[in-house]
Amino acid sequence: AALKDGLRSQVSAALKEGRVTPTELCQRCLALIKSTKFLNAYITVAEETALKQAEESEERYKRGQPLGILDGIPIAVKDNFNTAGIETTCASNMLKGYISPYNATVVQKLLDRGSVLLGKTNLDEFAMGSGSTDGVFGPVRNPWSYSKQYKEKSVPKSPSEDEESNWVITGGSSGGSAAAVSSFTCFAALGSDTGGSTRNPAAHCGVVGLKPTYGLISRHGLIPLVNSMDVPGILTRCVDDAAVLLGSLAGHDPKDSTTIQDDFQPFELPNLTDVSKLSIGIPKEYHAPGLSSEILALWSKAADLFKNAGAKVVEVSLPHTRYSIVCYHVLCTAEVASNMARFDGLEYGHRSDVRDSTESMYAATRREGFNDVVRGRILSGNYFLLKQNYEKYFVKAQKVRRLIANDFVKVFRSGVDVLLTPTTLSDAAPYMEFIQEDNRTRSAQDDILTQAANMAGLPAINVPTALSERGLPVGLQFIGRSFQEKQLLTVAKWFEKQVQFPVIQLEEVKRHDNGVFQHQKSASFS
Amino acid sequence: FAARGCGVFGRRARQCGAGRPGPSPGPFPRRQRAVACNARGGAVPAGKSGLAPWIPVVGLEIHAQISSNSKLFSGSQVQFAAPPNSLVSFFDASLPGTLPVLNRRCVEAAVMTGLALNCSINKKSLFDRKHYFYADLPAGYQITQQRVPIAVNGSLSYSLCIDNKMSQMVTKTVRIKQIQLEQDSGKSLHDDTRCQTLVDLNRAGVGLMEVVMEPDMCCGEEAAAAVRELQLILQTLGSSQAVMAEGQLRVDANVSVHHPGEPYGVRTEVKNINSIRFLAKAVDYEIQRQIEELENGGTILNETRAFDSKLGCTVPMRDKEGKQDYRFMPEPNLPPLILYDAKSLPANMNHQQVINIDWIHERLPDLPSVKREKLVEQYGILPEHSFTLLNEDGLAEFFESVVKQTQMKPKRVIGWILNDMLSYLKQHSITVKESPVSSFLLADLLNLLEKKEISSTAAKQVLAELWKGEGKTPLDIVKEQKLELLQDQKELEQICQAVIDGHENE
Repeated sequence: AALKDGLRSQVSAALKEGRVTPTELCQRCLALIKSTKFLNAYITVAEETALKQAEESEERYKRGQPLGILDGIPIAVKDNFNTAGIETTCASNMLKGYISPYNATVVQKLLDRGSVLLGKTNLDEFAMGSGSTDGVFGPVRNPWSYSKQYKEKSVPKSPSEDEESNWVITGGSSGGSAAAVSSFTCFAALGSDTGGSTRNPAAHCGVVGLKPTYGLISRHGLIPLVNSMDVPGILTRCVDDAAVLLGSLAGHDPKDSTTIQDDFQPFELPNLTDVSKLSIGIPKEYHAPGLSSEILALWSKAADLFKNAGAKVVEVSLPHTRYSIVCYHVLCTAEVASNMARFDGLEYGHRSDVRDSTESMYAATRREGFNDVVRGRILSGNYFLLKQNYEKYFVKAQKVRRLIANDFVKVFRSGVDVLLTPTTLSDAAPYMEFIQEDNRTRSAQDDILTQAANMAGLPAINVPTALSERGLPVGLQFIGRSFQEKQLLTVAKWFEKQVQFPVIQLEEVKRHDNGVFQHQKSASFS
Repeated sequence: FAARGCGVFGRRARQCGAGRPGPSPGPFPRRQRAVACNARGGAVPAGKSGLAPWIPVVGLEIHAQISSNSKLFSGSQVQFAAPPNSLVSFFDASLPGTLPVLNRRCVEAAVMTGLALNCSINKKSLFDRKHYFYADLPAGYQITQQRVPIAVNGSLSYSLCIDNKMSQMVTKTVRIKQIQLEQDSGKSLHDDTRCQTLVDLNRAGVGLMEVVMEPDMCCGEEAAAAVRELQLILQTLGSSQAVMAEGQLRVDANVSVHHPGEPYGVRTEVKNINSIRFLAKAVDYEIQRQIEELENGGTILNETRAFDSKLGCTVPMRDKEGKQDYRFMPEPNLPPLILYDAKSLPANMNHQQVINIDWIHERLPDLPSVKREKLVEQYGILPEHSFTLLNEDGLAEFFESVVKQTQMKPKRVIGWILNDMLSYLKQHSITVKESPVSSFLLADLLNLLEKKEISSTAAKQVLAELWKGEGKTPLDIVKEQKLELLQDQKELEQICQAVIDGHENE
């Protein structure tokens, strides 16, 4: 079994047959986490508990009673999900050192299925960002910065420009999770997706990033950014694995009133052979300003791929999508202002030493605890919620949101099964370039292709598609109908198989993967 | 949880005269004019200026704590006077990532209350967040129903007596604007000597029904009578225990005065009222204060004032968060609250997941007004007696139970209940349930009286003995103290003969 293998057919089988033990898997991942520490993908590594969980899993396998495919599988969780006994920081001074007394429902579900929780991954502070560069623990580095593919193609512009200044960002805000999956330090990771925070880093790191339908997976225990758009995201190395994770996470949670009431039936993805009954929509508005020619070309190549295979490919229009970002700005900051109100230094988290009065203690606590990005959003959000502004901004934005959602409804009603779009405007930017712009500008640019799916609550997935001229991953996005994850993932799986996205070639992985790496150039996906 | 720091949370005025200095010399000069209006709803006569009379306007906002096992959005228990912070779930303490889950019982209680107050129940209501920073509000916002509350447009009829004469009762109606479900806050305990505030979150998140009454009242007595009737209704429904002393019923009064034909005056909000008696006092004081203020050429500030029960006056409380903007926003973690009636009830819906308004309506208990009517009709007692019976918890049931066990006419029984029993209970501040004289014992006693075995005077003597609660029956006491009436003619003759025989010489 290799660290790069798919869960269902390969890793699970290897574990069952005893070719590898959960402890061995866990140890390999932990070793890899150590040797890729420079990526800064993890905020906390829970080595001790992970090894204990692996040991327990091993016992179950020995007894011949594993809990399922995920038993013994090392996973990582974004550090904005509560984990009992393991620090949950949101990459913020406000929650540094905060240990939650409870597990998020998704974390609990993974543990209940025997998964081994390796640690908590890095992010932008409180998930506000699109680079994973704005957290208190520093930026996450994209593993592809260190890949053979990137090194070969990116010739330093000047001799002084070494690796140190050439590394590219992961995208965000679930950059730590994307980097963790991409660098083989875990088999799957949880992210969160409010405006693209799972799909964007997935695209930049060359992994699968699934944002399920709003309400399909419990948000209980996910520290919220925008409650009405947040969805736990799934990051894996192949579409099949995403389906496995989805199957164990989805369904009603009595602790989250916004989850669906119906039971969710986990599914295995069929191998599609005939796509002639499929209708793929190409929304013309996603031909957005700033879209790189490289990605545009890839996008139309993908459309052709479907067309040539017999699928119906139609151009569709989502006229209100272009208002998505401004609309999101209002709704997001308003909810942020509200959600962040609880961080006052009294019950938990950072508390300032300033104590001249309660109000000054509140103010100092929040000034010291939050970074500029968070404070900026709180300020704008409170402005939009003021009595005199509420109708003008918040209510209007809600109406626009409805229009955006309705666009999708119309398109799907017209017979389109799945929409195909780019996930990002370009491949990952070098860190030095990325930080030239402020967080707000970047978020507005980077979320542009992913954001509308959150507005409408629709499921969407990034599928790694090809490498750019610079040797960096580029992904395409499929957006599906509400609660039609099976159809969406089936199409994504077919596409994944066609494009044969290359495996990252990392020195660190080579050393830890017992040579298997050499033999499996691209066949690592089940 | 402790918040330290000098002056922390010291915003709430604690004594009369604290806060802004103003033309508020104290209650005393006003005392003699403290009758703001009478129950006929008349305007207050002009003051010394001799100009047009004043019309006081009183509206109430009442917070009734819902009687339920657990809180509005969490599973923590609801219990009065539990050890501090012993009933706090992760959600109540607003731990990051926790979400509200609506308590079905609280919704049912609000629907019951809405129906009992003749409201239309909104089949779809919404929850909102109301933001403000306060130590006992851990999330920094309260979940309430600002836009679309669960019940609207109701009315409450209440009666009060004119000129304090029980025989002259009038019935009035106050419109109910709305009933909204919302969370209670925690409690802050200010320790001035150590400059710190202690926060108890046991109450944080307990379900409240806020009942908003239209400004249809005009004096303290009316306000008090309306609240008393509401209290009885809530207790009858069981939707709230509505004990004011325990904070289960909290009343804020909005008071203003104006001249006839003019628009309503600037209103003040009076808080910190913790009994019905104080409600009447606070409202009347505030009306009088405003009239004097205006007649002396002053103005009324739109402010929050606290009632000081020791001094019997209202004092400015805090800068009516006048400029405070609550930044209301829809609560995104709760879907709209959908209620059904028999018509709209979906066939395939799990009954545990739906609330049927009609079902609740059919099961409403008799409301106090209906109970009173029935008592008057069934037992032929006076209407005002029916009020007294219902005003005392358990007294009506006690009365009915006595009536059932005795041959005495209800009209006579009521005298014993109201004059003897009630005055004894009041004197000793005990409840009907705690009474050492059970309905059985009283009935027993009244039967002796009815059968003319004892005289009415003797009966009172026996009752006085019964209050001691020594486990004796009325008959025991009668025998012990030889209180029987002699009805046997022969025995009487014998006694007389004996007396005569003993005094032959006289």
